Amino acid sequence: MKGKGKAWIFLTPMVVLVVMFFAIPVILTIVLSFTNMDYTFKWNFIGLGNFKDIATDFVIPKVLLNTLIYTFTTLALFNVGCALLISLLTTSMPDRWGSFFRTLWMLPRLTPSVVYGILWLWIFDPTEHGLVNFIRAQMGMPPQDWLHQAPMVIIIVANGFIGASMGMLIFTAAIKAIPTDYYRAALIDGASWWMITRKITLPLIKWQLLFVTAYQTLSLLTSFEYILIITNGGPTFRTEVWALYTYHMAFSNYRFGYGAALSVILVILGTVFALLYLKMFKFEDLMQKPKVEVD
Amino acid sequence: MRLSFYQRHADKIRIFLFILIMFAITSPIILSYAWLILRSFSVDMNGFIPTKLTIKNWRFLWSEIKGYPNIWKTTFNTAFVAVMVMLLEMIMTSMGGYALSRFDFPGRTSMMKFILVLHAFPSVSLMVAIYYVLKYLNMLDNLWGIILLKAALETPWATWVMKGFYDGIPWEMEWAGLVDGYSRFQVWRKIILPLVKPGVAVTAVFAFLSGWSEFIFINTFIFSQEFWTLSKYVKATIGDFRFADYGLLSAVGVFYALPTIILFFFVSKYMIKLTIGGVKG
Repeated sequence: MKGKGKAWIFLTPMVVLVVMFFAIPVILTIVLSFTNMDYTFKWNFIGLGNFKDIATDFVIPKVLLNTLIYTFTTLALFNVGCALLISLLTTSMPDRWGSFFRTLWMLPRLTPSVVYGILWLWIFDPTEHGLVNFIRAQMGMPPQDWLHQAPMVIIIVANGFIGASMGMLIFTAAIKAIPTDYYRAALIDGASWWMITRKITLPLIKWQLLFVTAYQTLSLLTSFEYILIITNGGPTFRTEVWALYTYHMAFSNYRFGYGAALSVILVILGTVFALLYLKMFKFEDLMQKPKVEVD
Repeated sequence: MRLSFYQRHADKIRIFLFILIMFAITSPIILSYAWLILRSFSVDMNGFIPTKLTIKNWRFLWSEIKGYPNIWKTTFNTAFVAVMVMLLEMIMTSMGGYALSRFDFPGRTSMMKFILVLHAFPSVSLMVAIYYVLKYLNMLDNLWGIILLKAALETPWATWVMKGFYDGIPWEMEWAGLVDGYSRFQVWRKIILPLVKPGVAVTAVFAFLSGWSEFIFINTFIFSQEFWTLSKYVKATIGDFRFADYGLLSAVGVFYALPTIILFFFVSKYMIKLTIGGVKG
């Protein structure tokens, strides 16, 4: 199409804003990671000092372990596991019911995060006013202070109920796109629901399973908003994940340089996982094929 | 051949069982949202049964809570951020998406790749640098800083989605317009834009919702109470009233979540289109 200059008229508003608040910060983060900037905002380059500090920071091993436990448990149990279960079950029932349940599962994702936080604080309230302790009380058991007993479980469950909805949407769309002929043929052969799921549905949504696994690993690795609201990393670093530690270092301790260095490592960590997935799942082969078969 | 009860009704039993399982795993969502709404209208609750109904929990709407900013001022700030983010994103994505879909300009492919790379940078990893940029621009503790920032971070991906909507419009529409003597800009505004209205509407609703719900940036880059939005207000009530007054806490929560829940029923069916659109790239 003619009019090369005109393209830029359409793009300028976007480009200006994105450069200012997105592209420049990307570069700035890398530069800042080599300084020990604090609340005085002085540029003081210290070379690899921050990275040396990270290597000897006594909290880091704990934070790294938390990050891995949090990311992969949530991923396996909810973002992939629960999402798959929901889409398999809801596509095997009348659609009226199916979309009813899927709509409910979308609710947490669109609820403001602080309000969603209130719900889980109530569920795990240490007194009998909370849901879990209320149920325990009905069975004659004393209330427990869950935020101290099992903080990691709480943040995994709270994030999981949000994370499951994305996988659910993608898997459901993929399952619905499988030609019904396959199912009819299997039914004539007398296959059970479980057989059909294992031999037809799951192999045909393999690409979506891999995609959600990879994509959600990266999202979970960098998510910290709900943890900040529910436990704020506590008690004593027990739920402090890498992204939250970065945030605390920068905005509670005002160690901006150190925070930037932690961010850089987080991005590197994410890139490593992304590359691993690319290799493991042979994404490039899969890219060539149509992802959802239609008709 | 005589079939057993189970064999005759195998399908129905299975569906019934699946519905039961779904109710079981969905119960935390159903119970907690039901509790939130009931609790906001009750003095106290015995499990799920309100002991006495009241509207006292909603007192924050007509009388100020000590140490908190005026609720209506706070609500206005929240709406202001949401609407401005929405308008900015609507304008930028409907123009940017058109350019990426229809113009073959130098740097188009690298630009699209760049958008994907940017998407890989989570906003948390940029917060330190963003703080510096906002300070440099004198936009810390300023709602416009939040608005521009949110629009900038969300626009690249939303543009990619809008491009998908434009790709679905046949070229013939534009040719017809150009032959009739419209300029490129007129063709876009008068012919193509009305055709991608659904796309613009979906982008707008999601931008509004994300602006309305924004918490982290407000929590980090806003200090004065006069610029608080509802997310900061609710966060503060969690800190102050969590053990003292669940009634107030849930009423504030319902008040804040109400617009999102209303819009939710409108957007939930589009959600799939956006996520899948994103996957297909």
